[in-house]
Amino acid sequence: MKFRRLIQANLFRRKARLLLTLGSFTMALFLFAFLAVVREAFTRGESVASASRLVTINRVSIIQPLPLSYRDKIAALKGVQAVTHNNWFGGVYQDPKNFFPQFVIDPENQRKVMPELIVPDGQWDTFLKDRQGAIVGARTAERFGWKVGDRIAIKAPPYLGGQAWQFNIDGIYHGQKPTDDESQFWLQWEYFEQNVPPSFKNMAGWYVVKLDAPDDAQRVAKAIDTQFANSPYETKTETESQFAASWVNQMGNIKFLILAIGSVVFFTLLLVTGNTMAISVRERTGELAILKAIGFKDGTVLLLVLAEALTIAFVGAVLGLGLATLAIPALAAALNGLLPNLILSKSMIAAGIGFALATGALSGLLPGIGAMRLRVVNAFRRI
Amino acid sequence: MASVNNNGSSDALIQVRGLNKAYRRGGEEIQVLQGLNLDVDQGDFVAFMGPSGSGKTTLLNLLGGLDVPSAGTVSVSGDEITHMSSSKLTEWRARHVGFIFQMYNLIPVLTAFQNVELPLLLTRLSKSERHQHVETALSVVALAERMHHYPRQLSGGQEQRVAIARAIVSDPTFLLCDEPTGDLDRRSADEIMVLIEELVNQHGKTVLMVTHDPIVAARAHTLLHLEKGVLVEAGKAKPGQTISAGSEA
Amino acid sequence: MLAIPVVYNFRSAKARWTSAIVAVLGIAGTVGVFVAMLALAKGFQATLVSSGSPDNAIILRAGSNSEMESGISLSNVNILQDEPGVARKNGQPLITSEVVVIAPFPLRSTHTDANVQVRGVSPNVITVRPNVRIVKGRMFRPGLAELVVGSNAVKSYAGLNVGNKVRFGGGEWTVTGVFDAGGSAFDSEVWCDANVLDGVYKRPNNVFQSATVHLTSPDAFQKFKDAVSKDPRLNVDVSREIDYYAKQSQTFTRLITILGGMVAAIMAIGAIFGALNTMYSAVAERTREIAVMRALGFGAAAVVFSFLIEALLIAFVGGALGCLAVLPLNGFTTGAMNWQTFSHLAFAFKITPKLMAGGIIFALGMGMLGGLVPAVHAARQPVSQALREL
Repeated sequence: MKFRRLIQANLFRRKARLLLTLGSFTMALFLFAFLAVVREAFTRGESVASASRLVTINRVSIIQPLPLSYRDKIAALKGVQAVTHNNWFGGVYQDPKNFFPQFVIDPENQRKVMPELIVPDGQWDTFLKDRQGAIVGARTAERFGWKVGDRIAIKAPPYLGGQAWQFNIDGIYHGQKPTDDESQFWLQWEYFEQNVPPSFKNMAGWYVVKLDAPDDAQRVAKAIDTQFANSPYETKTETESQFAASWVNQMGNIKFLILAIGSVVFFTLLLVTGNTMAISVRERTGELAILKAIGFKDGTVLLLVLAEALTIAFVGAVLGLGLATLAIPALAAALNGLLPNLILSKSMIAAGIGFALATGALSGLLPGIGAMRLRVVNAFRRI
Repeated sequence: MASVNNNGSSDALIQVRGLNKAYRRGGEEIQVLQGLNLDVDQGDFVAFMGPSGSGKTTLLNLLGGLDVPSAGTVSVSGDEITHMSSSKLTEWRARHVGFIFQMYNLIPVLTAFQNVELPLLLTRLSKSERHQHVETALSVVALAERMHHYPRQLSGGQEQRVAIARAIVSDPTFLLCDEPTGDLDRRSADEIMVLIEELVNQHGKTVLMVTHDPIVAARAHTLLHLEKGVLVEAGKAKPGQTISAGSEA
Repeated sequence: MLAIPVVYNFRSAKARWTSAIVAVLGIAGTVGVFVAMLALAKGFQATLVSSGSPDNAIILRAGSNSEMESGISLSNVNILQDEPGVARKNGQPLITSEVVVIAPFPLRSTHTDANVQVRGVSPNVITVRPNVRIVKGRMFRPGLAELVVGSNAVKSYAGLNVGNKVRFGGGEWTVTGVFDAGGSAFDSEVWCDANVLDGVYKRPNNVFQSATVHLTSPDAFQKFKDAVSKDPRLNVDVSREIDYYAKQSQTFTRLITILGGMVAAIMAIGAIFGALNTMYSAVAERTREIAVMRALGFGAAAVVFSFLIEALLIAFVGGALGCLAVLPLNGFTTGAMNWQTFSHLAFAFKITPKLMAGGIIFALGMGMLGGLVPAVHAARQPVSQALREL
């Protein structure tokens, strides 16, 4: 653009001020990216949970089990495509700090109900034949350096006997989207049944139900709970999304906190850069009047001011988001399993740039309109 | 040839009829220009003199389309600018007027070259065409070897020359100068005036200049005094009298 | 040195009140968030520290990482209560045998279910945990389906007011009181009689998950632990109650520390940029004024000093405003759950006078930094040049 030289020259007029304004935008966008990533990690459960699956737990408490006999009864209900049962294993691999979720799965139905977690067929077949087999998610495997064929030991919790259980890593599963959970460890139901105390046999921790049609969710959920009402093990069934949402809600006001911080930062940034913009325009009243005298249109003058503001905003945003791209993997490493993997998605980056441009536009608007309205004659009036 | 008493229309380049301008100051209305007439031909060099507050700058602003009169008309090359809309006026200024101010008003963050290029950014010329025009203008003002210097690296006289180059680069219909030598020492002032005379004599430019310096004013073809809101030709003490043609170059 | 009167600073700040307001608000915003982050960290620390007492010891089955994994029989408890170091009141040993389960209660905020820790305790639990007091209503009566609710639990979950009837675990309970546990993890819990809970949850009779004893003094811990370790009838782990709770929240502590630390660090840097920006602009506006001052005879030092005062003034007001703005957050609770052990941790923003003072000092520091550089720059410029600048 022809006016590029003019805009550029104005930006570099006071280098220190340019650096400061850029720096403000950079830090603000860095924070934005950070907050967006953390918020997504906390609420991911909600967003990836399926609306076409149901979770059935013991109504009394999530830690109470359900009889295994429920499975066939659930499977027989209309609208149920497949059902699988799970248990929580909760063992310790070397150190309690090395936490990752361990599930006892029902190999026969697992893939029918949760097809999005992909295991190569060859590995799955090995697993099916291996009682001590285990399938582990790619992220956890990477974390501990496990490869297919490794033999590892996990210590069962005391209430399950407290012994070290041996496992063969028969396969590694991958999710399809970056937000899919790749941290799980799956062990065989039969292995579990064999080795736990009697009171834990033939009991499932929860059921996961795949529906024929997602719209049918509420009806099927009700049907399941009605089926087992007034029994010693009453059920509570809801969609996976609802289930995940209630977990997220328990996490407290993370969303609110983040929103609050973000808003304050946005407002403060707007104020600061707007003020700087205004001052830099005020300083140039005489020059702007010259431009208008020469024949620059009002609208052009406004655009010049806006372009300056937007340039700073954009460059600052790119720097801040770039910084975030570098810092976030380092952060994820530091967190090492405390949060699911941190994702800086394209939409977050786009949102960040949008937010920066909006701030830039707004901060340039007021002084820009002032510049636009400037009456040349008044500017030339000498004191 | 400039004249100040025409009432009807003529074929002068610039025609001003019955120009009135009043300002509100502190509740009072002050009439600065009262029924001013002016005719300026192509190639004229007119100097305006007058006491401080007489309205010289106001007149210049009105002639240059920077302000709108309370009454009366200003026509340039047949275009009546008094009733043009603000944006049309801006376009008109870009094409027809070259401004030269007392304070050179160069943009300090641009080089001499870039400053001169500014008016051309408003045209549809290509980059190479623009550059050609800029170089020509700078050579006319004899400053070609300093074209990549910043204003702070130039002397007062040199800055003013850049300003003049900027004023002529788009080949405007006429030039308006407001105290062009007001901020310069005698020698630089002389150099500038020589340059302006060159523009008129060798390049056929039309120049209207406001000054308080009689030595500078003497270089013009016509000297007009602004007194009590109207223009009077030099040598006359009383306004309103019929004046015959003034001195010519 | 001819000093520029401070009244000039006041008047000039007043004259350019829009710029001054912007500067104040800019600093207020950044200081506010920064202080809020620190308050969150402080509140979290406070919760951690106050969970458990140094003169209590908790006993779990050997190898258990949390209460829910553990199992202790009544006979174990009977042995434990007679070990050396256990405090007594009226001849009775101060020991509580406990069971922790999870029950769903609806959150007040979203009405979705949260997994709340329900702790079955011995009726004399208050004597074992002196930090806990009943602040409303009364303690539950032994053997009855009655509940006392933690002060944070009653705020977070719906339907737990004194007098309410609550259904969970397949039984109906009455809330008889609210207890205050000094901001510790217990405040998020619901307590009842352990034996009643066992029955309702169909757990085996007389099997608990943990026992907590009140020691004669914090120093008695080692004596107690040694005796228990040597006792061949017991296969348990003994730890100080505070250590146990610290370990429970280890994961979350790390998470909050890292995340909160990052936000605070970014905010701090951002705040500095913001403040520098504003201060720089404010001073840059007045280059001519500065030059005039100097032309009048005020020395460069006087000028710098004068501007510093102004910068500090603005920074002080901004910092104070920021602190005051976040003050209403004090006590605002947020919480999180350790998803390994289901233990719930609620913590509040804790804004102390010391923290606010720190915030203001931070603001003053930024003001100083931000005002110093341009002021010195302006003071050093040749007067004539400054006067010429448009």
